[in-house]
Amino acid sequence: MSHPNNVKEVEEDLHLYAKRKAVYPKAVDGWFRRLKWLIMVVTLTIYYVTPWLRWDRGAYAPDQAVLVDLAHRRFFMFSIEIWPHEFYYVAGLLIMAGIGLFLLTSAVGRAWCGYACPQTVWTDLFVHVERFIDGDRNAQIRLANAPLSLSKITRRLIKHGLWLMIAVMTGGAWIFYFADAPSLLHDFVDGRAPFIAYATVGVLTATTYTFGGLMREQVCIYMCPWPRIQTAMMDEKSLAVTYKDWRGEPRSRGMKKALEEGVPTGDCIDCNQCVQVCPTGIDIREGPQIGCITCALCIDACDKVMHQLGKPRGLIDYITLLDAEEEAMGHPRMPVRKRIFRPRTIIYFSIWGAIGLAMMFSLGNRTRIDISALKDRNPLFVKLSDGTVRNAFTIKVRNMEARPRQVEIGLLGMDDARMWAEPGDRDTAQRTIRLVVAPDSVSKDRIYVISKAPEPAREEFSFTVRALDKQGGSDSDKVTFDRAEGQ
Amino acid sequence: MAEKKRIDEPTGTETVGHEWDGIEELDTPMPRWWLFTFYACIIWAIGYTVIYPAWPMISDATKGVSGWTSRGALDAEMKAQADRTAPIRNAIGATPIEQLSNDPKLLQAAVEGGKAAFKVYCVQCHGSGAAGSKGYPNLNDDDWLWGGDIATIHTTLVNGVRQPNNDLTRMSIMPAFGRDAILQPGEISDVADYVRTVSHQQPVTGARQRGAAVFAANCAVCHGPDGKGMRAMGAPNLTDAIWLYGGDKATIVQTVTNSRYGVMPAWGPRLDAVTVKMLAAYVHSLGGGEALPTATAPIDANPAAAENVQEANVASK
Ligand code: SF4
Ligand code: SF4
Repeated sequence: MSHPNNVKEVEEDLHLYAKRKAVYPKAVDGWFRRLKWLIMVVTLTIYYVTPWLRWDRGAYAPDQAVLVDLAHRRFFMFSIEIWPHEFYYVAGLLIMAGIGLFLLTSAVGRAWCGYACPQTVWTDLFVHVERFIDGDRNAQIRLANAPLSLSKITRRLIKHGLWLMIAVMTGGAWIFYFADAPSLLHDFVDGRAPFIAYATVGVLTATTYTFGGLMREQVCIYMCPWPRIQTAMMDEKSLAVTYKDWRGEPRSRGMKKALEEGVPTGDCIDCNQCVQVCPTGIDIREGPQIGCITCALCIDACDKVMHQLGKPRGLIDYITLLDAEEEAMGHPRMPVRKRIFRPRTIIYFSIWGAIGLAMMFSLGNRTRIDISALKDRNPLFVKLSDGTVRNAFTIKVRNMEARPRQVEIGLLGMDDARMWAEPGDRDTAQRTIRLVVAPDSVSKDRIYVISKAPEPAREEFSFTVRALDKQGGSDSDKVTFDRAEGQ
Repeated sequence: MAEKKRIDEPTGTETVGHEWDGIEELDTPMPRWWLFTFYACIIWAIGYTVIYPAWPMISDATKGVSGWTSRGALDAEMKAQADRTAPIRNAIGATPIEQLSNDPKLLQAAVEGGKAAFKVYCVQCHGSGAAGSKGYPNLNDDDWLWGGDIATIHTTLVNGVRQPNNDLTRMSIMPAFGRDAILQPGEISDVADYVRTVSHQQPVTGARQRGAAVFAANCAVCHGPDGKGMRAMGAPNLTDAIWLYGGDKATIVQTVTNSRYGVMPAWGPRLDAVTVKMLAAYVHSLGGGEALPTATAPIDANPAAAENVQEANVASK
């Protein structure tokens, strides 16, 4: 078992790589810790429960509330059904997610990292499991340094077993988004699920276990691009976890003694609590750094110490760079409201909101039936024995409702034109064709259009489709009718 | 440059020693797992070049111990595809051509398969859209020399047109009326005018009467007294709008003078039976396909009889 905590350290002078500092974060309680608990519960619940929610869509569509049906190329989300050609909604959601992150970052800094990133949430979960088995920081260090014994092995086995269990469940929950959850679970347990399901669970189990259990802060510090992007996006008006050195320095271990001796002292008593609770093992007092995911646990830890000392809270606090400068000079701090509502965040928010509104609007207005006509290009036209000209088209009617619908295809323009659909023949040619389109699917018909008129060489007309039920709905597609030049 | 190596104060990290306009690079050490991942990739790459063909030699490349080749992979894929389509091909093979359209699924598969085969064997003459060109019939229209139901198309495909040593081949022989001096140039011109009037391409003129007589004496045997053609002999309908070689007067005169002898290979001996069936289904599906005759006897021509008629006609002159 390669546990990060018992990594053997190598000679100092070997500079090929950086040694990993083992991190044993200490448990802490406080306002931000509770917020993290809440967010963890909410996000994990959403993740695990969503695929099991049901949503009645009638007999012809799946009843899973959220389903990415890759096999049939449909995306279901409660009352919304998205077809492949409407994928821009998904693109829109992704753009919103991106801009949302920008907004969040410019307003509250790396809040995503500290609270909502899956890496953070799962690592947090794994750390708690570890604490549950091995005890808090000191006990963990003691255990790591203890010689191999039966109890140590047992504890390690239990811990890694629990981690693996969580990892399997994480990977397992993922696949339920892509198929009917209850029947997939059944098949999965029986060994009848498709190979890809097992492979997906396997890969996600491996990544969850490795990233949440073994790699942890290494992911944030070395692998993730987001800290780099975020560092570029933050400005002097973004919130960051900051140690107020003007208030804390100079540090003193024995404040009373120092006071007696008349040595100037700051509020920091160098108790190292903020370092011990840090999940990435850094010392925030060294200043802002890329290793800080702004989880704010050091704020909780420090606030507790300040409370015990009877000093105001917030020696380490969320504060913007500008405010920090002001405060260091003894000026009053600007209200948070003013910091958050500034042009940059308002612009981000407006773009974000505009995309959302536009999507809602177009979702409300989209038709659930449409027609597309594809003209045969080779040959463009065919002259028949009696001189009539025939053009062929492939007509697709999309029925995006979860029920069969009767529709009528018609011609708009070219009054002398008649048409028939295969299989059928010229004797049945008319101006309209009726057909039933299967629920939630695309019909594909080959339609021949004939015209006796000898001219012109190129004429525009449209195919129309009209639903023949109460709900109605119609669409049309413009095409051309071709004849030989100079007939 | 190396002498410029120094410890960067804010980060405590060594620099690599290069400097560009005051910009220096930190030599931040990678974490150990990263380094090991790098080593693992190197080992993987070595293993890969041992297992797969990789190293270029003078005339060849190393073969790799697994014996994998891209040609072999292609063969395997082709075979897998052939295995996949085998059941449907067998089903098409077992179904008589007349009954193919009773099973829409099978018919669709046959049409698709025929479309692919058409692109290989037929497009050279008939064009990729099967629209033909001068001398090569357009297969999309409703005009058929020998008949347009699926079974007749199939027979034409199997036996070809004017193939030697094939008793069933489509054989129509129009005399070269001018070259063989059966008709005088004036008569040919008259009959061409007549043909252009029955196909409504030019108004009735004085030539019509003379042409009509020539037509009745020489052409009506095969093309019918009214010029509507006779499929049994492969004689085209001269009253419709479709001309294989052209309906203008010069072309008609040329056709009557020299006659035309188009050919098509007999696909029966060249392709497997299933592919020919699929080709027939495809050609029939192009929009001009006709229904099978309700009578049980196919209207297949007896080519020998047709030839006899032609010969008799020539002889009578
Ligand atoms: S650094 Fe990356 S992985 Fe770590 S918390 Fe932030 S976004 Fe998540
Ligand atoms: S320094 Fe503080 S806020 Fe930053 S990661 Fe460590 S504990 Fe969290």
